[in-house]
Amino acid sequence: MAAVNVVAARVAARLPARRYLVLAVVVTWVVGWAVLRGRDTLQLGEAELSPLHASLGEGMDAVDAGRNSNPFFLYFINYVRLFLDEAVTFVQALISQPSFGRPVPLLGWLGVVGLATAAAFLYGNRRVALLTAAGFLSFGVLGLWQESMDTLALTLTAVVLSLAVGIPLGVWAGLSDRFHRLVTPVLDFMQTMPTFVYLAPLTLFFLIGPASATVATMIYAIPPAIRITAHGIRQVSPETLEASTSLGVTRAQALRHVRLPMAKQTIIVGVNQTIMAALSMATIAALIDAPGLGKTVLKALQTLDVGTAFNAGLAIVIMAVVLDRATSAASRRVEDERRAGRRRTARGRRLEVAGVLGVAAVLGYLSYTYVWAAEFPAQANLGFAVRGAADAASLWVQDSLVTYTDAVKNGLTNGLLNPFEALLTGSPWWLVAAAAVAVALLVGSVRAALVTTAGLLVLVLLGLWQDSMVTLASTLVATILVMVLGVIVGVWMGRSDRADTLLRPVLDAGQTMPAFVYLVPILGLFGPTRFTAIIAAVVFAAPIAIKLVAEGIRRVSATTVEAATSAGASTWQLISKVQLPMARSAVTLAASQGLIYVLSMVVVGGLVGAGALGYDVVAGFSQHQLRGKGLAAGLAIVVLGIVLDRVMRAATERADAAAHGALHGGLHDR
Amino acid sequence: MTVPSVAERSAPDTDTTPVLAVRDLWKVFGPKAESVVGSTLSRQELKERTGCVAAVRDVSFEVRRGEVFVVMGLSGSGKSTLVRCLTRLIEPTAGEVLLDGEDVRKADDRRLRELRRHRMAMVFQHFGLLPHRCVLDNVAFGLEIRGVAKQERYARAREVVGLVGLTGFENSYPDQLSGGMQQRVGLARALAADPEVLLFDEPFSALDPLIRREMQNEVIRLHHEVGKTMIFITHDLGEALKLGDRILIMRDGELVQVGTPDQVVGAPADDYVRDFVSDIPRSHVLTLRWIMRPPHDGEPLDGPELGPDVVIRDAVHAVLSADRPVRVTDGDSLLGVVTSAEILEVIAGGQH
Repeated sequence: MAAVNVVAARVAARLPARRYLVLAVVVTWVVGWAVLRGRDTLQLGEAELSPLHASLGEGMDAVDAGRNSNPFFLYFINYVRLFLDEAVTFVQALISQPSFGRPVPLLGWLGVVGLATAAAFLYGNRRVALLTAAGFLSFGVLGLWQESMDTLALTLTAVVLSLAVGIPLGVWAGLSDRFHRLVTPVLDFMQTMPTFVYLAPLTLFFLIGPASATVATMIYAIPPAIRITAHGIRQVSPETLEASTSLGVTRAQALRHVRLPMAKQTIIVGVNQTIMAALSMATIAALIDAPGLGKTVLKALQTLDVGTAFNAGLAIVIMAVVLDRATSAASRRVEDERRAGRRRTARGRRLEVAGVLGVAAVLGYLSYTYVWAAEFPAQANLGFAVRGAADAASLWVQDSLVTYTDAVKNGLTNGLLNPFEALLTGSPWWLVAAAAVAVALLVGSVRAALVTTAGLLVLVLLGLWQDSMVTLASTLVATILVMVLGVIVGVWMGRSDRADTLLRPVLDAGQTMPAFVYLVPILGLFGPTRFTAIIAAVVFAAPIAIKLVAEGIRRVSATTVEAATSAGASTWQLISKVQLPMARSAVTLAASQGLIYVLSMVVVGGLVGAGALGYDVVAGFSQHQLRGKGLAAGLAIVVLGIVLDRVMRAATERADAAAHGALHGGLHDR
Repeated sequence: MTVPSVAERSAPDTDTTPVLAVRDLWKVFGPKAESVVGSTLSRQELKERTGCVAAVRDVSFEVRRGEVFVVMGLSGSGKSTLVRCLTRLIEPTAGEVLLDGEDVRKADDRRLRELRRHRMAMVFQHFGLLPHRCVLDNVAFGLEIRGVAKQERYARAREVVGLVGLTGFENSYPDQLSGGMQQRVGLARALAADPEVLLFDEPFSALDPLIRREMQNEVIRLHHEVGKTMIFITHDLGEALKLGDRILIMRDGELVQVGTPDQVVGAPADDYVRDFVSDIPRSHVLTLRWIMRPPHDGEPLDGPELGPDVVIRDAVHAVLSADRPVRVTDGDSLLGVVTSAEILEVIAGGQH
């Protein structure tokens, strides 16, 4: 490989500048498209199956059939499923579903509100306790008490299990370099794999329902728990550790008295991230029949019922905000308590805990005993009003903004999306493949070109070439939009503190909000089309890109900026000649992250009319005969992701090398 | 607080058995480190041929009970590695470290912990305090991990906190203290275990100059009060001369010279040391012993008397105001004479 790279580098040195070569490839492609249009495009109808899809489907049927005879299922998977189902059902019995022969759950609304508020007060502070009480009450007010509690039950179960697995593994990864190296690529894979893709294969093992939903949520929520815990353990100051060693601590003492206490705050940040990830996945798991708010949103999306979707989406956002603020406050409390120097006595604290828990217990008892405290009062249900208002607002916006939204929609569709799609889907597959490999080689590396070749061949073999190209076109358009937004807003944020303080909370909200929620207003504005899916993906992916670009701009050394300013550079020159070039690696990183995020929204796009791979996956969930194709489509999304990610990474490395390599090489290579 | 100068300080109550003896110590970083031991290649050649770095090469020395032994060298000279080898925070590659005759290198994990818990304690450059524990708990940490009951360890910790002058700050947290105060906590933590040997790894390099001087005086005071054997690492020659009963100078992992401050300044072992000490005002370190000469014939020998260990700086007034040569005597015997000529030569910085 190294030899090939060297040769490639020598060849490259003699060839004309890369950008002209890339241009030449594109021109050749366009000419080829014009001549060969419509030939070898490997089209496959929506309900059509390739032989591979059929046999995948048969394979899945075989797995289904073996569920009660195959030892792997009998002695392992089925027990896991049973355990997870029971765990979720148990929590549901506590707070959301009628249970133990009662018409209501063990804890009614009053008890849950009391308990949640008490927890927020004891681990956080008075303010988040109030927020928690208001938030939980609003679930009832929105008329979604039971759905919210179902979502909460699933989230909490998954979080507890994720932490039970993730924190010990994280500690291990923090202590052992070898384990850390082993686990990092696995976590990378778990996090970059679009979430929807593993839902279908999971149902194959754990059936549709809470067990699959829990596993899916755990797959998504465990990585942050492991990563952040390991980071916390690792960042413990080496000198403090050395000082402890010099005092003669054992390994166990070092962990208990030094590493864990010093990592405590970071680990709580990990808990926060785990909860947010779990909540976002628990709503998405509605696709495989997970109970709760996600299901309400999903049904509403399928019937284009904007009001209901908005109402449930609002509840999800409220839950996200409450959980986020409460755990953030808990994390800050660790720090504050330390700084305050434990001014309060242990006895005072004990009294406080006893008092708060006592009140919560009384509320819990009331809600166990009396119907009024168990079932949220119907008079307080204002859900219909919210739904109606959202419907009206949506209609009004659609009516009054239709000219603008249509203009944007048509402009982007005709100006960018259609030509792209035509080029990708209309050319013979081998021409597209050849052009893609050539571009990968030119902007990336030999390795990237090889990955591209292999990936594209897999797409052909999967029988989903055409759908993959449609999805690719939307993905690229969305990524371009993300980057336009990312650079413009990112530069603004990076240069202006005021813009930063203004926009950062918005971006944070955009990142923590579960993906479904965006769809509702966007769907209201643009209706169910490819374009809606693209906008949803942009909304999802833009925050990370903006943040990365802003970070890059901020990191440009103040001295350099000062020097350029004193040399008389105008603002525009400063941005274009100093700040952006110096933030180049941040910009490419933003592009590759943006791309991954966009890709992870493909399936969501399938729900709102994007068609192609996203639709194939969604159809695979609902139609038995299409599940083979759905699985293949999921694989195709993963393959697209891997190929794009590799090419992007190689391009980033090349850009970095171009920016720094020459300089550093000259200094060090003697 | 008055600062005793080198000469005024009582010579340590040395019984002559070394508390710590280091023999042929090597620490080599890199692949196949053992094979490098004994090599005479230069550092550069070694790096090129074997990929190894010999941080400590063939160092031997002895530290007497109760003395302040300073290891001095520039960064990269291997001094911090050396001190870590003594308690095996860094595992030596070859050689012996004898603590009261027991080879530290042969200790198993349990024995090594015992040694660290009871007999050697270290003070670190960046303090290494536990940020989540208050001063008292930091100081008591060493006692806690060896299982001392709460009452007892707090009593001891309070005592040591008082000793380092932190009374009143027992319940503060490290980040509420200044750098100098944090290092006092580090010092107290090391003292709490009542070890035989205290190791200091550039403890004051991270502090600003005024605080540094204050802490140096604090160490001198503590040395007087508790009389511990101290091994003190520094890159600051002034600090070394001020604190050290004896000084070991390292360069590129090798021992260049061991000696008392006046030996190092008065008789540098090689050009490296000579260059090093060239900025030091010699009259502040050298004693009359270094400049006295035999009396010339016919010189009057009824001038004032001074001892041979009087530092030149302190003798300047006496010698310059005397109208005849000052006699340097040890008891009754005449060792030599000193006149204003010798004094002025030293002060003017003349080389011999």
